[in-house]
Formats: sequence, C-alpha cells, structure tokens
Amino acid sequence: MPTPREVEALILAALPGARVSVRDMTGTGDHFQAEVTAEQFRGRSLVEQHQMIYAPLKSLLAGNIIHALSLKTSIPEP
Amino acid sequence: MPDPILEQIKKLIEGNKVALFMTGTPEMPRCGFSAGVVEVLQKHKVPFVAMDILPDPRIRQVLSAYSNWPTIPQLFVNGKLIGGCDIVREMDAKGELKPLLEQASEQA
Repeated sequence: MPTPREVEALILAALPGARVSVRDMTGTGDHFQAEVTAEQFRGRSLVEQHQMIYAPLKSLLAGNIIHALSLKTSIPEP
Repeated sequence: MPDPILEQIKKLIEGNKVALFMTGTPEMPRCGFSAGVVEVLQKHKVPFVAMDILPDPRIRQVLSAYSNWPTIPQLFVNGKLIGGCDIVREMDAKGELKPLLEQASEQA
C-alpha cells in the first residue's frame, strides 16, 4: 500500500511546482484525499485537471491498490 | 471485430442524455461515491440510465480505457464525461450542474 508521501511524490513528478497535500482517510493506504494547486490547471476543465492527477497514479488505481481518491484542484492566485 | 462490451458502453453513453456508470444500482449503490452521484441526480429529478460495473470486471477496464478516467462512478451528459463524485458535487455546489442537466432533459 502506498503512503500519502509516495502518492504526493507521484503527483508532484507529473506536475512540477504544484502544491500537493495527500491524506490517508482510513489509515489503510487505499482511501486517499488529495488537494492539488497547480499552474498547469489554468485553462483546463475540471475533468482535464483530474485526469492530469490520475495519469501518474494510473496503475495504482487500475489495479485497485488505491480504491478511492478524492480530489480537490485549484489554480494558484496570481 | 468490435468489442461487445465497448459497443454496449458506447451505446449507453451515446443513446442517453444522462448516463451513469456506478457500483451497484441507484436503488442499492455499493459505494459511497456512486451513492453521492445518484443522490445529486435524484435531487434534481433528472431521468438517467445507470449501468452497474460490478457484474463483469471487464466493464470497468474497457470503460476506463475509453474515457481515460480510472475510477467509478463516471457521469456522462450528452455523450460527454462530466466526471466522478468530486466534480459532480463541486459543480452542483457552484450551481453549474443544474443548467447542464436541465439542458440535457429539455433536449430529450
């Protein structure tokens, strides 16, 4: 099971410079909540923003290693 | 040779204004996130069709590859992926979901 820090690192590698905060909701390493603030989200739809976070986590999600990932995305204030 | 599961998925998305892929049924959702989307749709009294992805693990694999969305539930309106539970709730809270759904049901 991945730790919140490992999930953060995967997201950060895909979105350099982003502010990423991941919490393990159940303490079981399979239900996470992530808040991501990234300049890369500017001009992108919510679906695209979430897809950008899912991309580096694809194998963990597809393999159901991460069962649930709740996402909150935002764009940094200028 | 077309994949029958993919054909079934596309038919549901393209043939319905509001289509939901979920775990369980609207009457008996099997996960809190699926239940959350059903709750929002029912609150707005929107007719929708739902497909339970649990009976065959291939449904989820084929759907996720098609939509580029790894998790369930997935809500489609007018053939377009709206998102999962977080996006549906966020759009609903901002008042953005209702006009989208109303537009869809008017066209029905």
